[in-house]
Amino acid sequence: MPTIQFQLNGAAMAVEADPDQTLLDVLRGRLGVTGPHFGCGAGECGACHVMVGDRAMASCDMPMWSVADKDVVTVEGLGTAEQSHPLQRAFVSEQAMQCGYCVSGILISAAALLKRNPSPTETEVRAALDRNLCRCGSHNRMVRAVLRAAAETATS
Amino acid sequence: MSMPSPVPKLPVSLAANPKLSSWVRFSGEGGVAISPGKVEIGQGIVTALAQIAADELDVDIGRIELIRASTAASPNEGVTSGSLSVQQSGRALRHVCAEVRQRFLAAASERLGVDAALLDVDDGTISGPGNVRTSYWELAGDVSLDRDATAGAVAKPAATRDVAGHSVQRVDIPDKVFARPRFIHDCALPDLVHGRVLRPDISGARLIALDETAARVVPGLVAIVRDGGFAGVVADSEAAAEAALKALRKGATWSAGEPLPDEDDLAGFLKSQPIETTVIDARAAAATKRAARTLRRKYTRPYIAHASIAPSCAMARWDGDRLHVWTHSQGVYLLRADLAIVLELPAENIVVEHMEGAGCYGHNAADDVALDAVLLAKAAGGRPVRVQWSRHDEMSHAPFGAAMAIEIEADLDANSEIVGWRHAIWSNGHAARPGRAAQPALLAATEIANPYPRMISTNPPAANGGGGDRNSVPLYDLPAWTITSHRLLTMPVRTSALRTLGGQGNVFAIESILDEIAVLRGEDPIAFRLRHLRDERASDVIRAAARRAQWKPQKQSGIGHGVGFARYKNTGAYCAAIAEIEGTDDIRVRRLTLAVDVGEAINPDGVINQIEGGAIQATSWVLRERVRFDRTHITSTSWTDYPILTFSEVPAVDVEIIQRPEIEPVGAGEAAHGPVTAAIANAVYDCLGVRVRDLPITRDRIIAAMELAS
Repeated sequence: MPTIQFQLNGAAMAVEADPDQTLLDVLRGRLGVTGPHFGCGAGECGACHVMVGDRAMASCDMPMWSVADKDVVTVEGLGTAEQSHPLQRAFVSEQAMQCGYCVSGILISAAALLKRNPSPTETEVRAALDRNLCRCGSHNRMVRAVLRAAAETATS
Repeated sequence: MSMPSPVPKLPVSLAANPKLSSWVRFSGEGGVAISPGKVEIGQGIVTALAQIAADELDVDIGRIELIRASTAASPNEGVTSGSLSVQQSGRALRHVCAEVRQRFLAAASERLGVDAALLDVDDGTISGPGNVRTSYWELAGDVSLDRDATAGAVAKPAATRDVAGHSVQRVDIPDKVFARPRFIHDCALPDLVHGRVLRPDISGARLIALDETAARVVPGLVAIVRDGGFAGVVADSEAAAEAALKALRKGATWSAGEPLPDEDDLAGFLKSQPIETTVIDARAAAATKRAARTLRRKYTRPYIAHASIAPSCAMARWDGDRLHVWTHSQGVYLLRADLAIVLELPAENIVVEHMEGAGCYGHNAADDVALDAVLLAKAAGGRPVRVQWSRHDEMSHAPFGAAMAIEIEADLDANSEIVGWRHAIWSNGHAARPGRAAQPALLAATEIANPYPRMISTNPPAANGGGGDRNSVPLYDLPAWTITSHRLLTMPVRTSALRTLGGQGNVFAIESILDEIAVLRGEDPIAFRLRHLRDERASDVIRAAARRAQWKPQKQSGIGHGVGFARYKNTGAYCAAIAEIEGTDDIRVRRLTLAVDVGEAINPDGVINQIEGGAIQATSWVLRERVRFDRTHITSTSWTDYPILTFSEVPAVDVEIIQRPEIEPVGAGEAAHGPVTAAIANAVYDCLGVRVRDLPITRDRIIAAMELAS
């Protein structure tokens, strides 16, 4: 099996993998990175989103060959309790979830948005999160949290 | 003759599990372990329970560790459902903690030589006059909690509660934003292997032959398991398990299956099946008023999928004839009872332990996948097996919320006042939960070599809120009514409990026809409702929602407003909803304004979160959701075929809580669905002048209603 090199949360990675295996499988099954969640396996729900460059992408249908030399960030790479990302703080402040299973993917979609557009409008936030599904109905809290994080970043 | 003074009763969960130490223990240096029998399913219950315990014990909420429910040690509180967790677990914990506090104060009084009445507790430290002090933890050795609760303990008066009744941050959220493993899906047990189960695409088909040759050579395969019509694979990785399952599927031969109903004629199907009929309630008029006419209206709601964002998942490990199961089931003891039946094992040999899954809205596949893992783990040589369903199986093999046909006949006098009312429901039962019958309710139990029949759903008794008949008895003061429930005795589409059971359908029907009658009378629909309500709490939520939504806003072209109200189960939370919609070629719900009364709201922000979530989920049900099938397959097996509301489509939601600290709390998770459904339907009429009586309210349905009206 070929060795595939990529950046994961800022660290260089070299993984021997079947080029057709999905990134999600490698992250969860091989590397123990469980932030990205399996939801549908078809790129339709966003629970597995990772950031590649400044784009949020589904990792459940992303073959490993396409990851070579890419810069991949999962929710683990956004921040920790000690050094948290503004989005993580804002999601706590807004209590922006119910079950939270979709949240790791939503944080990634939001982080990618803020990277491209640091002060989005509410409509832009919603559009950026449209590829993420939430079944508990916490959408409006999440949108408020993203706007809060953007505002915090703008004033800091 | 002196009468014995009445013995105050223990809360129901505590009467069933009276030992104090099964609920609360003081641990290590300054910790408090609280062990409820109810489980976290995304509703924030563990936080509300921690608040109650913190308040009654006078400890900081940060000291409280919530122990996940397990049959090894937890109190048996049945199932986490029906918006009863605060009501049952909360009351029990409040009582337990009040009694524990009292016992520790007595022990402190003895040790310190100070009258207990002079002692005070602050964050677990007990102090009194003269700067004497001790703590729960110092006294833990002196006070045995291995004793039964007594009925005498008195909880704090509402006004002195510092934590309960105030919004606090949920205890589970930091883990979830920092991706610290908390979900069962993310748990890595040592030596874990992975299982997948082979399920038919054809509804009701049985596996009759299996060629395993191709699957046998898949790298990483650990075992192929076959037990009658149940078959699955175990492999050393998820990817290998998926590959083996794919190979196995190619070698499978299935029976023809069982036909499904016509999805475009649900009422015709529901009304043509063998049924069991129950008169739910009948009220005879004091004086018979003559009906000038009768309004007959028919409503339907489709099958609705749980559609959790995570597919169901479980882990199981055998050790000889002993079994350990990890599950996101709503009822660890109930699941254990069913496992014991299928495995023919004493329940004591089985430990079932809860771990969090994704949001749970009722009886989904959580229990089914647990039996899958158990059966596959038999072939894993003592290693734990993790099974995760596919999205396809989650959307086709898990139980659905039952389709309903509802007919209301309202007899009206010459002034269009209601003088008679008949409400009839045709539906499958709304509950086929595990652990409550002599036969198991688990999917694989119908597939194994000695299969059990598929459990036909029944309805909980009216005293528990009913099932198909839930919320069918009007809360309005009507002079006469007859409510009849027809439960199907066949079940080609598997159904069980989904949020509100029959409540959403019944409230939709009642509130729709009431709206129609108000319009006939030329009366404001809110005034009409208030005139028929005798319950002040009901009137209060309607008035509050109306005030907040500035009812009724000036009529604007293309915009409609509608109202809906219910008291969930007629015994739980009161909720009124006002919908503002935009109706052009499609319906968009712009804003929902709700007022809710849950009695004492333990965590007000948690209640608001639940009501917002319920309102948005209900909007999704109303505008988008419908399980699709042809005569042989469930066809809505992906998010493309079963769309739910997206971020750009959800309405703004504004919630007001009427806080009533003196009134026992009830749950909030199911209060919004019925009122929101009705409010949207009534707003559609306000906007477009047509009544859509079949859910979901789609463009096609609106066009059909317009054609019918013209």
